[in-house]
Amino acid sequence: MHATTRTVDVSKYLLLTVGALTMLTPLIWMVLASFKTLPEILAFPPTLLPEQVNLDNYHAVFETADFVRYFFNSVVIAAISVVSVLLTSSMAGYAFAKFSFPGRDALFVVVLATLMIPFQVRVIPLYVLASDLSLLNTYAGMVLPTLVDAFGIFLMRQYMMSIPSELIESARVDGAGELRIFVSIVLPLAKPALSALTIFTLVMSWESFLWPLLVASTPDMYTLPLGLAQFAGRFLNRTDLQMAAATMTVVPLLIVFLLMQKRFIEGMATTGMK
Amino acid sequence: MTTLVERGERRARPSRSLRSHRTRWAFVFLAPSLVLFGLTVFYPMARALQYSLYHWPLGSAKKFVGLDNYRRLLVDDGDFRQSVVVTLYFTVLSVLPTILVALFIAVLLNDARLRLRGLFRTIYFVPVVTSLVAVGYVWRALLEPSFGLVNTALGWVGISGPGWLASPDWALEGIVLMTVWRDLGFYMVIFLAGLQAIPREILDAARIDGAGPWRRFRHVTLPLLNPSIMLAGVIGVINGLQLFTQVYVMTGSAQQLPGGPLSSTRSVVIYIVEQTFRPLEMGYGSAAAFLLFVLIMIVTLIQFRLVQRRFEY
Repeated sequence: MHATTRTVDVSKYLLLTVGALTMLTPLIWMVLASFKTLPEILAFPPTLLPEQVNLDNYHAVFETADFVRYFFNSVVIAAISVVSVLLTSSMAGYAFAKFSFPGRDALFVVVLATLMIPFQVRVIPLYVLASDLSLLNTYAGMVLPTLVDAFGIFLMRQYMMSIPSELIESARVDGAGELRIFVSIVLPLAKPALSALTIFTLVMSWESFLWPLLVASTPDMYTLPLGLAQFAGRFLNRTDLQMAAATMTVVPLLIVFLLMQKRFIEGMATTGMK
Repeated sequence: MTTLVERGERRARPSRSLRSHRTRWAFVFLAPSLVLFGLTVFYPMARALQYSLYHWPLGSAKKFVGLDNYRRLLVDDGDFRQSVVVTLYFTVLSVLPTILVALFIAVLLNDARLRLRGLFRTIYFVPVVTSLVAVGYVWRALLEPSFGLVNTALGWVGISGPGWLASPDWALEGIVLMTVWRDLGFYMVIFLAGLQAIPREILDAARIDGAGPWRRFRHVTLPLLNPSIMLAGVIGVINGLQLFTQVYVMTGSAQQLPGGPLSSTRSVVIYIVEQTFRPLEMGYGSAAAFLLFVLIMIVTLIQFRLVQRRFEY
């Protein structure tokens, strides 16, 4: 019995380790290749470590494309989108969870139903709208489709249902105004849901590609993924430069993830419902 | 005493003025969302439906053509039909293995005695937070037929690897491989959350009744995990049918439109973007987008039916 348990355990660790190494290989390869010369990358059989760590690829990338600017744009756009989604979702979620008013449930169903609409159906009219409002190639245009999120409203509503109504009622009896109740009682209690929604919105914004691709037309408005795609498209055969640029694109969010991985993973698990 | 009773009654049945006061506040809280929904969801939806009935090169006059765009897409347009096939094929080919492997890893990791459990979970999850565009270019290099790591590794075990992205028969499979790698951790986390919600006592009871590990998994764990599996399936299919970024990054170049070789990876969304934004013709693409919407709804509904039936117990 013991012997079999141990074999089972050993094979379990073996499987998990081989799997984990496979999962990490592409990322390790990317980082190592970013320090290699092109002939080293193309060498057969492949080499593991670079002959010498040189930053030539990074220098070359910075000379031809302004990745600092792309990073800045990504941060600005993510910040606007996160603040807006947190604000709109928590307010609307609160209204749906703790107020009763005529048409509430029907309205909530309508909001939920919009979750089924793929972005591609809206993208063409949104593009025309952004063009009519002269928002093409501006931050306002870039964030336009990400300011409100039906899923965020759903998440906040579900969470706020669990806040005891007595708390809100007694604050009302004590004479607190509706805005103060929302800011100083409801929002602090909803922190876990707000943090999950922050992470989810951040990842979505950082990843978004189709919309920036259509709206941003000059390099000074590119986001990281878009700047990387344009750069790599120009240097299609320069895997060395591509990997340096790819590494710079992957690392920022990876650092945020490693610093707060528990929250990240739990947040993504709760928001997995999307 | 009387005030208490009054307050209790008030809560149960607020006066009319209080009710309208509350309703007003509810709409104050709802207003920002409703305005933004109107502007970025409902208005564009209505417009998309309208555009789909027109022939409209951006910049010149719209011409009403009725259902002609839809007729052309469904009857005449072989390219659109092929893009639907490519998209469905990609979805099945990527969602099934991702869910199976993710479930397998989640079951292995769902063991409190396991050492380094947190580390394993983190490693399997890492690809989820990497930029899809960046890892697209990484996999483009890994899948390179002659010097790429994937074919080199296949060579070590005596398999001569295919041409992947350079071959019309294997390009989509290459994109599938990359997608499975990147999404695995996300589904694993969903399944781990589902597994942890299964009460220990139920599994212990099954063990006492003499059920082995496989039977416990098949007849206790799996049915209880049904909601998580359905959730993962629906998310996977909805994402799969919207395939765009991977194809754009892994098959496009300055000389070549994404979707190649020989349209073997041209998904519906790639086709919509190609038909809309290159000639700037808003009507035809809108009709194609509506058909994609209908396709997503149909497949999701079928899925809800199927999964509910399969795991009934």
